[in-house]
Amino acid sequence: MNRIDQLFQIKQHEILSVYFTAGHPELNSAPVIIKALAEAGVDMIEIGMPFSDPMADGPVIQQSSSKALKNGMSLNLLFEQLKDIRSKVRVPLLLMGYLNPVLQYGMERFCQSCARVGIDGIILPDLPLEVYENEYKPFFIKAGLHNIFLISPQTSEARLQALDNAGSGFLYFVSSSSTTGMKNGFTGEQTAYFEKISRHNLKNHSLIGFGISNHDTFATVCRYASGAIIGSAFVKMLSEVEMTGVVEKIYKFVEPLKGP
Amino acid sequence: MKYSVNDKGYYGEFGGAFIPEMMYRNIEELRENYLKILSDPSFISEFKNLLKNYVGRPSPLYYAARLSEHFRTRIFLKREDLNHTGAHKINNTVGQILIAKRLGKTRIIAETGAGQHGVATATVCALMGLKCIVYMGKTDVERQEPNVLRMKMLGAEVIPVLSGNMTLKDATNEAIRDWINNPVDTHYIIGSVVGPHPYPDLVARLQSVISEEVQAQLLEQTGNPDPDYIIACVGGGSNAAGAFYHYLDREKVKLVAVEAAGKGVESGESAATMVLGHPGIIHGSRTMLMQDDDGQILEPYSVSAGLDYPGIGPMHSNLFKTGRAIFKYATDDEALDAAFLLTRLEGIVPALESAHALAALGMIRFAEKDVVVVNVSGRGDKDMAAYIKYMNTHNTIAL
Repeated sequence: MNRIDQLFQIKQHEILSVYFTAGHPELNSAPVIIKALAEAGVDMIEIGMPFSDPMADGPVIQQSSSKALKNGMSLNLLFEQLKDIRSKVRVPLLLMGYLNPVLQYGMERFCQSCARVGIDGIILPDLPLEVYENEYKPFFIKAGLHNIFLISPQTSEARLQALDNAGSGFLYFVSSSSTTGMKNGFTGEQTAYFEKISRHNLKNHSLIGFGISNHDTFATVCRYASGAIIGSAFVKMLSEVEMTGVVEKIYKFVEPLKGP
Repeated sequence: MKYSVNDKGYYGEFGGAFIPEMMYRNIEELRENYLKILSDPSFISEFKNLLKNYVGRPSPLYYAARLSEHFRTRIFLKREDLNHTGAHKINNTVGQILIAKRLGKTRIIAETGAGQHGVATATVCALMGLKCIVYMGKTDVERQEPNVLRMKMLGAEVIPVLSGNMTLKDATNEAIRDWINNPVDTHYIIGSVVGPHPYPDLVARLQSVISEEVQAQLLEQTGNPDPDYIIACVGGGSNAAGAFYHYLDREKVKLVAVEAAGKGVESGESAATMVLGHPGIIHGSRTMLMQDDDGQILEPYSVSAGLDYPGIGPMHSNLFKTGRAIFKYATDDEALDAAFLLTRLEGIVPALESAHALAALGMIRFAEKDVVVVNVSGRGDKDMAAYIKYMNTHNTIAL
């Protein structure tokens, strides 16, 4: 069974998912970061595949991607780094990135490589619903991978239903119309949007991402969805520490998020 | 219309709308409305009136006698350089500002390379009283200073972009991010036939006034609306799309697109996408793209900021793939030589971008009776620094 489904079977509240960019801050840091996050009690981990032109990302993740590419990160290397990851961690692992590097790697081969190393879900913000359904869905199904769709406050009701029908694993609700890492704290408008999310009778579970950086924002969105995704705040922390002390720093980052 | 966009937004295998969900509503709003607006009689009359009385259209189709004699053929220059603001870019921005107004948008964003599209956008925003923000790579801000100052004078806010190579590609990323962060009141005026559907088709249609006029002007001047060749430079490809548009299905008219080879296609400093690229996705569109084996987009280079782009419009990728257009490339030096040749023979200082199209005149063996149209997409005032530098390092200009 896919580990994302397993997770939602045992836990429906306060799921904490953390994003980081593979190859940042150092080329080989991904396995260390994954292990530390899992041990610190994170429920799910999103591994960013760096791209030269990440159009939905703000400066923090954008810079982590450039740094990772300068360090020499590539999809081939990432799969090599992850080949033994399943002997170390049990939490669901997702790959998140942009379509072009995946297409150059080959979508079918990509899905096969994901299955081989134990990846459970994929988030490709610029993969259109129609293209996924018409061209790539069979590769995902064969590899046992969930394709996670993003939902924004601008998404219409009809489209939300279509994305809920087509997606699996969970729906990734973007908290505001923004690129990643742009906002801190929530407005009344956002809270109204979260309430709308919570009232929907969706097939998929919901996680909320963008703008969550501390226990308060995490606790707020958990009132409306199954949990939350933290990206920029964690990547920013990684940018500021030495790899030698990173495990301790990750513990220190994760523990207060989950609250007392 | 064999080479036009299909109802899904594709030109053959190229095109589409590969966008994050945060942009979906904006793109969908435009897609649902653009054809309706373009065919609305009140839009048509307002657009035509502005093109005639504000832009100064039709732009002349000029028979360049001395240039023709030099190349032993019949060369006509489509003078987009004589438009208000100095390039073809204004055709598109006039059209898109009218669309933005009809969609109820109050804030305009744009990206710019050479600054011509930025100036054209700032101009129409001033004309219509709309707020204007222009993203421009810091490298381009420095090499195209006169245009930066013009945009500021017109009331636009010019935001220098510090990511990547700090050129057109990076400015485009930043404009897309702005749109994601401001999805309700903002319209993004894309400057070329690039980006997600419907932009390539929208911009091509607005620029098609160029080929429409060429047909009428050639008929009047030669008795035949069809030339043997039409030559245009391509970065993203909007002036070429406009110059080719009404000839796409008239297959006996040879369409020649000229890319910027920079310091040479093998030099590692080039923007010749068709030679160096293969299919990929950039800025929401599947198209030919300069990229490495891992799908990371490569930094292009050209002396001309307007051609310094690693991709190309999907319509052009399809024209390349199907063989409908002939693709050539000119180096920085070939373009500069061509600019000086035109200047000395015809008294016209072209934009560096247009100089690439002119450079192709020396690469094709024309018959004496051939009718060749070169689209002079813009004027060279903004490029004086590059031209002066070239004059100082090349004491004699061979003619």
